[in-house]
Amino acid sequence: MASLNLLVLVCLGYVVLLFIVAFVADRLAAQGRSRWLHTPLIYTLSLSIYCTAWTFYGAVGYAARSGLEFVAIYLGPTLVMVGWWWGLRKLVRIGRSQRVTSIADLISSRYGKSNALAICVTLLAVIGVTPYIALQLQSITLSFSIFAEADPDSGYVDGSSALYVAAGLAVFAILFGTRNLDVNERHHGVVTAVALEAVVKLLALLAVGAFVVWELAGGIGPVMAQIDASEIGQWNVHSGRWATFTFLSAAAFVCLPRMFQVLVVENSDERHLRTAAWAFPFYLLLMSLFVIPIAVVGLDLMPEGSNPDMYVVTIPLSQGREGLAMLSFLGGFSSATSMVIVAAMALSTMVSNHIVMPIWLSWHGEGGAVSGDVRNVVLLARRISIAGILALGYFYHRLSGGGDALISIGLVAFAGIAQILPALVGGLFWRGATRTGALVGLVVGFSVWLFTLLLPELGGNVLSDRIYQDGLFGIGWLRPLALFGVSGLDPVVHSVMWSLLLNASGFCIVSLVTFPSPLERLQAAQFVNVFDHSVGPRGWTGTIGQSEDLMIMSQRILGAQQAQDLFHREAVAQGQRGYLPEPSPAFLDRLERVLSGSVGAATAHAMIGQIVGGSSVSVADLLAVADESAQLLEYSSKLEAKSAELSNTARQLREANAKLTQLSLQKDAFLSQVSHELRTPMTSISAFSEILRDTDGLDEAEKTHYATIIHDEALRLTRLLNDLLDLSVLESGQVSLNMRDGNLSDVLDRAEAAALAGSDRPLLVRRQRDEERFALQTDLDRLAQVFINLISNAQKYCNAERPELRIKVRAVSDRLLIDFVDNGSGIPPDSRSVVFEKFTRVSGEKAGGAGLGLAISREIMQRLDGNVSYLPGKSGGAFRVILPLATRMAAQELRA
Amino acid sequence: MTRGGPDSELSDKMQPSMILERQNYRRRRLMDAARILPLLGALLFALPLLWPASGPEGDLGDDGVAMSSAIIYVFSVWSALIVSILVFGKSTQAWSRPSDDQG
Repeated sequence: MASLNLLVLVCLGYVVLLFIVAFVADRLAAQGRSRWLHTPLIYTLSLSIYCTAWTFYGAVGYAARSGLEFVAIYLGPTLVMVGWWWGLRKLVRIGRSQRVTSIADLISSRYGKSNALAICVTLLAVIGVTPYIALQLQSITLSFSIFAEADPDSGYVDGSSALYVAAGLAVFAILFGTRNLDVNERHHGVVTAVALEAVVKLLALLAVGAFVVWELAGGIGPVMAQIDASEIGQWNVHSGRWATFTFLSAAAFVCLPRMFQVLVVENSDERHLRTAAWAFPFYLLLMSLFVIPIAVVGLDLMPEGSNPDMYVVTIPLSQGREGLAMLSFLGGFSSATSMVIVAAMALSTMVSNHIVMPIWLSWHGEGGAVSGDVRNVVLLARRISIAGILALGYFYHRLSGGGDALISIGLVAFAGIAQILPALVGGLFWRGATRTGALVGLVVGFSVWLFTLLLPELGGNVLSDRIYQDGLFGIGWLRPLALFGVSGLDPVVHSVMWSLLLNASGFCIVSLVTFPSPLERLQAAQFVNVFDHSVGPRGWTGTIGQSEDLMIMSQRILGAQQAQDLFHREAVAQGQRGYLPEPSPAFLDRLERVLSGSVGAATAHAMIGQIVGGSSVSVADLLAVADESAQLLEYSSKLEAKSAELSNTARQLREANAKLTQLSLQKDAFLSQVSHELRTPMTSISAFSEILRDTDGLDEAEKTHYATIIHDEALRLTRLLNDLLDLSVLESGQVSLNMRDGNLSDVLDRAEAAALAGSDRPLLVRRQRDEERFALQTDLDRLAQVFINLISNAQKYCNAERPELRIKVRAVSDRLLIDFVDNGSGIPPDSRSVVFEKFTRVSGEKAGGAGLGLAISREIMQRLDGNVSYLPGKSGGAFRVILPLATRMAAQELRA
Repeated sequence: MTRGGPDSELSDKMQPSMILERQNYRRRRLMDAARILPLLGALLFALPLLWPASGPEGDLGDDGVAMSSAIIYVFSVWSALIVSILVFGKSTQAWSRPSDDQG
């Protein structure tokens, strides 16, 4: 037979193993070798504290009583996990960005760091969870007593085990749950131990299930047949309860302090949710897989009147499988202990941060004068809270007598905790939710739950028969089990419906009619739009003198080394030396978050407020955060405009630069050309004047010849300089035009005479004088200059045997076209584009020109609103001069 | 000239943006799926409420639904949900930080 002593020994061994695992994990984490502790697998397994002894033992008992209804408790969390992308992800993100330490801290932080709300949630949680802890103790006691019954030699006193178990759990939770304060250093030890326990309980349940299905029932087919033939063999689920429990479990999954602890606070990486989203529902599915078969086989096998809650242990025991029973016991033990440890830890954080610390702070004076080590106070408060909570659970267990079915206690706790849901969901998704609304909703829901579910469930004489009969204060509508006269509902469904309905409506209505404080609105924006706001509100203003006070206070909370590191980092980030950073709003905000990781948002806010002297949330700040997205939009469009402007300017600069470079190149080229042009005559002048000076015996003819050369070259220089001067005057636009009336024919006559005078090369100029009778109003001398240049060019360059130049004049609309076409070979095509450039000579130096004539001509024509261009397509060289023809002149011409 | 001109340059630029659009489109639809899944799950889990219930004492009426069928139904829906969310998680894994937008 299974000896109770052996059981106790195994149990103790298991506990020692847990201690070692937790210890090693903590050590590894302290040494920074905790990578494997941050895996999604550990995260998923730690979530499994949802499956408490209530699941391990209670599910089978529940199934034996009500069939498949038990599964609703696991469908709710599954749905929550399946919707992780738009629910849990936001919650986890907020928890991490706000350094939330508990569900009470989250609610308080969301509603303007209100401590009243935090206290309210804490009390609710303690009252709601105490029965739940009692339930775990009861399940352990029950399983002990089963082994005790099987072992007649033992001197086991019923119930005594609960005390030892409670004490042991308290020690474990205190040792590993209150080692450090900063939440960034998560409770690796506890989480790892919990993960191990998760594996043990899953394996235990699967082992018992496999044993029942394949050993006792003989396979899947037979077990299905046995299920259908059993007393729970038909679908017979109370629809109200099915829906209510699904909803309730979903709500509790998020709101339960211990679930919040592992889900949000201990989460080290948001991406772990992605794995947990499918892995945790899978875990739940595995846990529920064999529940019905075990229940059915148990109903069949076990004697009438045996407790179905304990089938998981009693079935293997009755078959003589002591090892399996032992494993199963360990599974149940694991379920109970992991839940109790994490719940006690979470609750103690809430109690110490939201109840003990505010009281202690108000006792211990003001500001930086806080005396003593706050760190020790917080840790001590937590340790005492853990012990207190376990003591509460133990006394509840003793007082209630442990008679209830496991399932009903669990449901009562779920319904109580679910009262947080409206405030939580409203806080996450509705910016209009206010502190007063949340407070009213919580109080109303809590009271209704207390009156309609917890007190009746406690039984006994808590509520007198008269209240059940006639209602509170004799008002018929206030009967605990038939509120507002609605009777005949299942008590849990009735209570959940009314409490949550009144809770949510109170929350919404009061939120709609009240006005939130500035801090509240800031936090609301931060929570609801957590994916848009990555930086916190800048609520603090401080002076440098306060840095020291802040440092002293932080040292007390975080520990000297950590606080100094933090301040030093900040100082370095601000570009300062030493350890005291400027208390800039950004720094104060960060410090508040770090502190809130240790003592909770409300307390941290109050402590910094004591030193710095109050937050400075102005309407401007508020609007700034509230309209941050709009501002961002505006800002980015401004930036865009700025950048467009900049790129525009840059382009203009580039263009200007290119133009300048080009001009500089042109200038260089021009200078070198000018110097070249000047040098050639200068060289010959100096050479011949040297000859004249130094050579004796020159005859007169030679002297005259050399002097003539010098004279010619000097003339050429003068001409060149005149041309250059002319060009520069024309180009700079400083030329003054001498506009006169005249006749085109006269101008051409003058030009022809001037160009051909004194030339030895004959050139025949053909003109049609009747077509040239156009009256002009222009600078006649300048126009003549252009014509002279064109005619003398023809004379110089026309390479025909009998050079000939035809001048043709015609009027096209308001323009006068004068073509100069010679019979030479013309200008080679590749030179045509450059003939109007300065110093361009198509045929070398032979004609002795400076190459400025055409450039000057073009400048002149442009001044006269006309143009001169090369005319391609003619047999010889051809130029076209275009002159504007005023209408008045055209009319004159017509008359003539 | 039409091939080498600004036209081909334009189409070069269009090509990657088309792919980007497609990725964005997939993202949006995945997020739609993430919204629908829990609702679908709730609906499927609520479906058994429409099944004819047997008598109060579990009488084996002819029209009742056998427990084995109920078990198979519930666990099948459950498994399907798990697989769907697993597929969703895998498809969103590329989004290294799911921080962009939630909607």
